[in-house]
Parts: sequence; C-alpha cells; structure tokens
Amino acid sequence: MEKSTLIILAVVCIILFIAPLIMYSGHGEDDGYFGGADDAAGEAIEESGFKPWFSSIWEPPSGEIESLLFALQAAIGAIIIGYFFGYWRGQSKDD
Amino acid sequence: MHIMEGYLPLQWCIIWFVISFIVVAYGVYQIKKIVDETPESKALLAVSGAFMFVLSSLKLPSVTGSCSHPCGNGLGAALFGPAVTAVLATIVLLFQAILLAHGGLTTLGANIFSMGIIGPVIAWVAYKALTKANISSTIAIFFAAFLGDLLTYVATSFQLALAFPSPSFGSALSKFLVIFAVTQVPLAIGEGILTVIIWDRLKAYKPKLLDKLGALAPNEA
Repeated sequence: MEKSTLIILAVVCIILFIAPLIMYSGHGEDDGYFGGADDAAGEAIEESGFKPWFSSIWEPPSGEIESLLFALQAAIGAIIIGYFFGYWRGQSKDD
Repeated sequence: MHIMEGYLPLQWCIIWFVISFIVVAYGVYQIKKIVDETPESKALLAVSGAFMFVLSSLKLPSVTGSCSHPCGNGLGAALFGPAVTAVLATIVLLFQAILLAHGGLTTLGANIFSMGIIGPVIAWVAYKALTKANISSTIAIFFAAFLGDLLTYVATSFQLALAFPSPSFGSALSKFLVIFAVTQVPLAIGEGILTVIIWDRLKAYKPKLLDKLGALAPNEA
C-alpha cells in the first residue's frame, strides 16, 4: 500500500475515536456518559435480581494502580510488536 | 465483552469452561505443530498475541456515549485459525482477570468462548471465504477483524441473555445487544483499519512466511 493510503487510514481511525469526545463534550461519567459497557451489563444483570456469587480475588486498590496495570498491558504488547517489526524491516532487502 | 467475576450462574460457568477448555487444549496442540513445522512463525505468534494485548487494553469512546475496547482477535484468526487464537485470548483474559479485576476466573470460560472462539471462528471463516474468492488479503483482513470484534460482543450478549432470560430471552438479548454490540460498531471499524495497517506491513516484510501459513489469496502467493 502507498504510504499516503496508510496515513489516511490512520487519520480516519483517529477521527473515529475523537468524534465521540466532541459529540458529548461537557458530559461526563456523572451524567451517564463514557462509562464502560461491561459495567452497564453488570448493572442490567443486577436489575434482574441476580446476586454475584464470587468477587475478584484481587482488585487494583485505586484508579492510579489500575491505569498503571492497563498501561503495562499496552506497553508489553507494543514492545513485542515494535521489536519484531523493527527486526523484520531491517531484514527486508528493499530498505 | 468481559462478563464480570461472579456474574454468571454456576452451571453456565461450567458449560463455557468445558467448551473453552477443549478448544484451548486443541489450540495448544496446534501451536506445537505449527512451531515444529515452521519455527519462524514463532515471532508471528508473538506479534498476534501482542496485538491482542494492546488492543484489549484500549478503552475507546463510542458514538453511543459509552466506552468499550476492541479485541484484536481477527489478526491471529486469519494467520493461525481460531483454536490458536483461543490460546492467545486465554493469556490476555488471565492477565486482565488476575491483575485488573476485569472479567474474572469464574467467567473465564465464558469470556474465552466469546473473544477466543466465536469472534475468531467468524473472522477466520470470513477471511478464508474472501481470500478464496481472490479478494486481496488486505481487504479480507479488514472484514475479518471487523466481524471478529463485533461478533465477540454479539456472543457475549447471547451468553448473558441465555443466563438471564428475564422477562424473556428475546427482550434480554436485545437489551444486551444494545449495551454491547451497538457500542462496538465504530470500535470494530477502527480495529479493522488498525489490523489492515499491521497486515500491510506484515505483507511487505514477511510475504513468504504468510504464504507458507496459507494466509494469502491465491493470486497473491
């Protein structure tokens, strides 16, 4: 693919995820926006009268720790992809 | 698509666990076979797993006003098939269940079934059908990733509607589909685009390996 096509695709992707932020700017979690779909499903289940019978063996003690672990997850994935793509690019002859 | 810890009745936990265990066990066997036959595909396996790691950590906003995350399961499915992808999904889901209280150990089987089995199976079928019809693998991978992501969430909606059919299965299903699947449409498009970008680079750097894995359209090989 042309480099320009790749850039256009990347831009489309970025717009796709900035759009909701603009559409609902000014709203927040307090008035029901940008909450997680997983939690919404959990609430819907509780409405039907079901009581969860098991809770997580360990939970991140705060939002800070949770974002640390999420960032760690993304970093582990990104370094593996970056390592191999860099290695392959170095290997390929056309460069 | 994560069903939260303890949010599924015990009998459903067991059913999904048994089904997922069989597929993951077969996936482990397949990984061993693939690595024995083409040792150089190890790096590609690592990249497929890493891609899931990255994408499933990104909670993205959707036009419905709620947030959800993509799955990254289409890439692995197109390269190695659904059983191998189930193994990769298990690693991701275990990480999230143990460290992030996201999903859970009791619901692990159910979550593997949606993200590691149903999504990848649909992605794989779509990918194979499109490439067999000589459609460019770059276009095929978009639809594989889009459908793999979306169907993962449709599967979760079905699982929850089966477990909580109140007042009826149909109304429960539409309730969960609104929560999960509708939110997921723009995310699935985004995942499709990201997978296309990764795929384009893979095709540029490792064309022979992709061909050896049978992951290219006949006219590209």
